[in-house]
Amino acid sequence: MTASSARDARGRPLVAVTGLGIVTSLGRGADETWAALTRGRSGIRAISRFPTEGLRTRIAGTVDFLDTDPLVAPLLSERFATVAGEEAIAQAGIGPSFPGALFIAVPPVEMEWPQRRELAEASGEAGEVTYAGLQRAAASRRFDAWHDLFIFGTVADRIAERFDTKGSPISLSTACSSGATAIQLGVEAIRRGEMRAALCIGTDGSVNPESLIRFSLLSALSTQNDPPEAASKPFSKNRDGFVMGEGAAALVLEDADAARARGATILGYVLGCGERGDGFHRTRSSPSGEPVIAAIRAALDDAGVGPDAIDTINAHGTSTPENDKMEALGCAAVFGERIARLPISSNKSMIGHTLTAAGAIEAAVSLLTIRHGRIPPTINYAVPDPALTLDVVAGARDARVSRVLSNSFGFGGQNTCLVFGDEPA
Amino acid sequence: MSGRVVVTGIGLVSCAGEGIAAHLAAYASGEAPRTDTTTYAPYPVHPVAPLTLDAQIPKKSDQRQMEPWQRLGVYAAGLALDSAGLKDDARAKAAMHLVVAAGGGERDYAVDGAILTGLREAADPGAYLNERLQNDLRPTLFLAQLSNLLAGNISIVHGVTGASRTFMGEESAGVDALRIAQARIASGQVEAVMVGGSYSAERPDVMVVHELGGFLYKPDYRPVFSRGGDTNGGYVLGSAAAFLVLESGEHAAARGARTLAILAPVANDRVRRSPGSVRASLGRLVGEAGIAAPDVVLSGATGVADLADEEVAGVRAVLPDTRIRATGDIVGHPIEVAAPFGAALAAALCATGEAREVAVISVGHRRGEGVIRVLAA
Repeated sequence: MTASSARDARGRPLVAVTGLGIVTSLGRGADETWAALTRGRSGIRAISRFPTEGLRTRIAGTVDFLDTDPLVAPLLSERFATVAGEEAIAQAGIGPSFPGALFIAVPPVEMEWPQRRELAEASGEAGEVTYAGLQRAAASRRFDAWHDLFIFGTVADRIAERFDTKGSPISLSTACSSGATAIQLGVEAIRRGEMRAALCIGTDGSVNPESLIRFSLLSALSTQNDPPEAASKPFSKNRDGFVMGEGAAALVLEDADAARARGATILGYVLGCGERGDGFHRTRSSPSGEPVIAAIRAALDDAGVGPDAIDTINAHGTSTPENDKMEALGCAAVFGERIARLPISSNKSMIGHTLTAAGAIEAAVSLLTIRHGRIPPTINYAVPDPALTLDVVAGARDARVSRVLSNSFGFGGQNTCLVFGDEPA
Repeated sequence: MSGRVVVTGIGLVSCAGEGIAAHLAAYASGEAPRTDTTTYAPYPVHPVAPLTLDAQIPKKSDQRQMEPWQRLGVYAAGLALDSAGLKDDARAKAAMHLVVAAGGGERDYAVDGAILTGLREAADPGAYLNERLQNDLRPTLFLAQLSNLLAGNISIVHGVTGASRTFMGEESAGVDALRIAQARIASGQVEAVMVGGSYSAERPDVMVVHELGGFLYKPDYRPVFSRGGDTNGGYVLGSAAAFLVLESGEHAAARGARTLAILAPVANDRVRRSPGSVRASLGRLVGEAGIAAPDVVLSGATGVADLADEEVAGVRAVLPDTRIRATGDIVGHPIEVAAPFGAALAAALCATGEAREVAVISVGHRRGEGVIRVLAA
């Protein structure tokens, strides 16, 4: 680690990662998750949290060991974020009062059906249930605690309180690229010199009937329920949709100068962030792939490296026909012929698509890939899609990895790419 | 590393009408905002003025793909682009970034009601819920509800495709959106950002959430600072959307844009709430924001009386003589949009010469305090 380059090639503060924490369906903590990922274990299983009778998709990568009461998305998301945050901060050795801001990607919050039902019962309406009845029940003051539960800022507020982060915590969504955006916001704040550290978290605990059915109605989910662990098969010819997953990851970002000054162990660097919007369609990418290409190029450019500097790609790789095709097309355009020999892998084959958390979890896995010199596999890659000329990592592969490109794409034309490295560029 | 950030476009929609002039007129008149006390009784709301959607969202297919909160926002974003003279500048719009403050969208009230009714008698409630949701939810409704799809629709309808970020978290999301957009431009990370948000108050589901906790004022409108008394006041929700086009001074000058106002770095925080904490926080933030001699304070006070009292006390402690006007008395409380609306109105006042400096204050009903300084160019 050279001490001379605490600023990047553009003279901006260099952003180091000094702590990371992960929760997925594969386990609690980075060690547990990493061991399972590199063994090719799947966390996808039959959903046990709620009845799945009559559903086209009955599987998910739920986190079943951190339950909350009530079992609702905001509380689960908060719990996962807390556990991941504790791990990251402990590793960074920067607590108990965190000396920077919180940027947290959280799923959009809504009242859920058990609570609606309870309000409906409390309304005393004999005939048709109406929202007027729910309002009357709400006015009984018996359910006031649910206000905080079902407004958008509460998860961030409680995490900010838990870790004593500074300033106004930002809750954000860029759909399925949210986790990457949380990191990007932290990187930008440190580069602006506003803070020396940022706590960036992506969290999602929204496997519940309505969320699952919403994705199902958009034909986005795999319906290959049996066996569950074989359903998510990114880049395979027979891929048929994603599998919902849950989890969280937290990264402690620090101005590299500050991290070195306090003697912290630097796990890696966020070298670059790139993003690009797409106005083509609400759920589909521009057929040309141009926004995906622009986002990848922007990340490389921001990192000050060329495509040749990338050793592996941590793919968005959702296992939907559309995403994997567009991602392959975009990568091929940026990396040229080398894309056929550049290892690419999707963690979603094992943990499913953790939605709001995905970008953060995959960032953490990218850093672990660098640290361990081992690329986790894309399991279920039994029937390669011949249309995609990719070097998909079907079994865990040992390799010297200095730099990783991590892709995240989302509904609403969201494309966010990050470049991580073991050393400054 | 901190350049000038200028406001070059403003788009406003609310119960006061649409556009800058309608809102300046509502501000000047001091009359009570248009209020509907019957449709959602016992809750009054400030309903959005009727809009000719075709004027800003030409394709009916786009209109159909959105719920009202998105349509209001896309409409106001179009007005902001018009105001900035950028509506037909495809290149500028393709490079422009978006920072949006928003919650989520409308539900299907008939479907929810029918399911809740059916669940009472359902032999197997879990299976019943699954079956009804699968059969009755409109597939595209999800996209009309997702927080980040307001930005997505602005990209689709108006071609603003630099990249977007959506901040959630009620009132403070609006302040944070302005803060981050301003800071990114000032530091040279980006040259042009459209920032704002949209809120539809005409929704029985949000009234459930805000009745929880007893935050809604009823049964009719009263001025924001006159809602105390036996109860702790509360807010009257207002439908509104507000967007501002922000550019670096150089970027605006290079294209010959008219500068409406200057947006200074935004000061905000989240303090643990206890008696006196909001007052102290605001006093500090007014200083941090560099507020000097504002002609008016535009307060986003919700109408929750104890918070409003602390806000006024905090402002009075540092600005004893400045007039305080509640934007809630012009458009009601549009949650995430309160701060962007205040900033947009402040910029409009500066653009017309009615003010040289305006302080916009936001105190969230549960958390977050912010001070935004807007200056004449």
